[in-house]
Amino acid sequence: MTATSQQFEIEHVSLADLRKEESPSIFENVSFGFFVYLMTDLVLFASLFAVYAVLHKNIANGPSGYNIFNLNTVLAETLLLLTSSFTCGLTLLSLRTKKKITVLTNLAVTFLLGLGFLLIEINEFHHLVSIGDSWRVSGFLSSFFTLVGTHGLHITIGLIWMIYLAFRLYKTGFSRANLRRFTIFTLFWHFLDVIWIFIFTVVYLMGMLKL
Amino acid sequence: MKTKIYQTPSHPDANLKQYILGYTVSVLFTLSAFFLVKNTVFTRNVLEYVVASLAISQFIIQIVFFLHLFNERNPRFRLLVFLLMLAIVLILVVGSLWIMANLNHNMTLPSQIRYMNNQGGGF
Repeated sequence: MTATSQQFEIEHVSLADLRKEESPSIFENVSFGFFVYLMTDLVLFASLFAVYAVLHKNIANGPSGYNIFNLNTVLAETLLLLTSSFTCGLTLLSLRTKKKITVLTNLAVTFLLGLGFLLIEINEFHHLVSIGDSWRVSGFLSSFFTLVGTHGLHITIGLIWMIYLAFRLYKTGFSRANLRRFTIFTLFWHFLDVIWIFIFTVVYLMGMLKL
Repeated sequence: MKTKIYQTPSHPDANLKQYILGYTVSVLFTLSAFFLVKNTVFTRNVLEYVVASLAISQFIIQIVFFLHLFNERNPRFRLLVFLLMLAIVLILVVGSLWIMANLNHNMTLPSQIRYMNNQGGGF
């Protein structure tokens, strides 16, 4: 066997290997890359928070946060998203049971809790717009809708992603590629809950404190 | 060859105990923050600091128990990226507020300041 054919053979085998079972380095690189993306997303949210902090006093004779926020619904949203983040961690842990039904059940619970959060938020936005307090009214409302809406958009993407994950797991089972997909999704979902901590504190709770 | 499914690189020590602990503490912090604001337990100025510190504590709890940022093996590239981004975030937010406060102060006519003081707010 010549050196070139040997080289070819090694390359060929490794490519086939990649299709079936990824090497651990791919896992490591992809999840690190995704983590770096999340950190850039953090900067996006930080700039929206800065905009909100600068503009939240500019109510232009419109309503202030105190007039339009309802702490009970925000508490419900917060608990739904927090529990969803928790069950998302349980989903990742349940991968080690290697039972599709367990993982899919956990994922479904995570999905429904996230969907509940999103529906409450859409309902809140719809209510605000219908009583005439849309983003066109004041700087405060523009920055409020942009900040909270961007978070809601991320949640929507996460929900679509969960459907895709369930589909992948159902079709291809417990491969390394699927473990990687679940791991980076869990990072994403926990990250959104971390962002929500600051939204409910800075926007809603502190909004209620300022008359 | 069997895949070791639970020893994943990003979650070296992911376990149920950590998730339950993180979840319980987060729920407690969330409920107490909402309770304090709803019933206005302290004065508004004190409450702002209390609520902010509850949020920062919950942030650290979730970073440790959910995102497992400090469980990473050497070299700790994630922690490094995280700290860099934290610095950028602080510069961005604190810097924006500082600049805008200065701008408001320097661009406002004395009559407007008197008006604003009577209204009890900024622009």
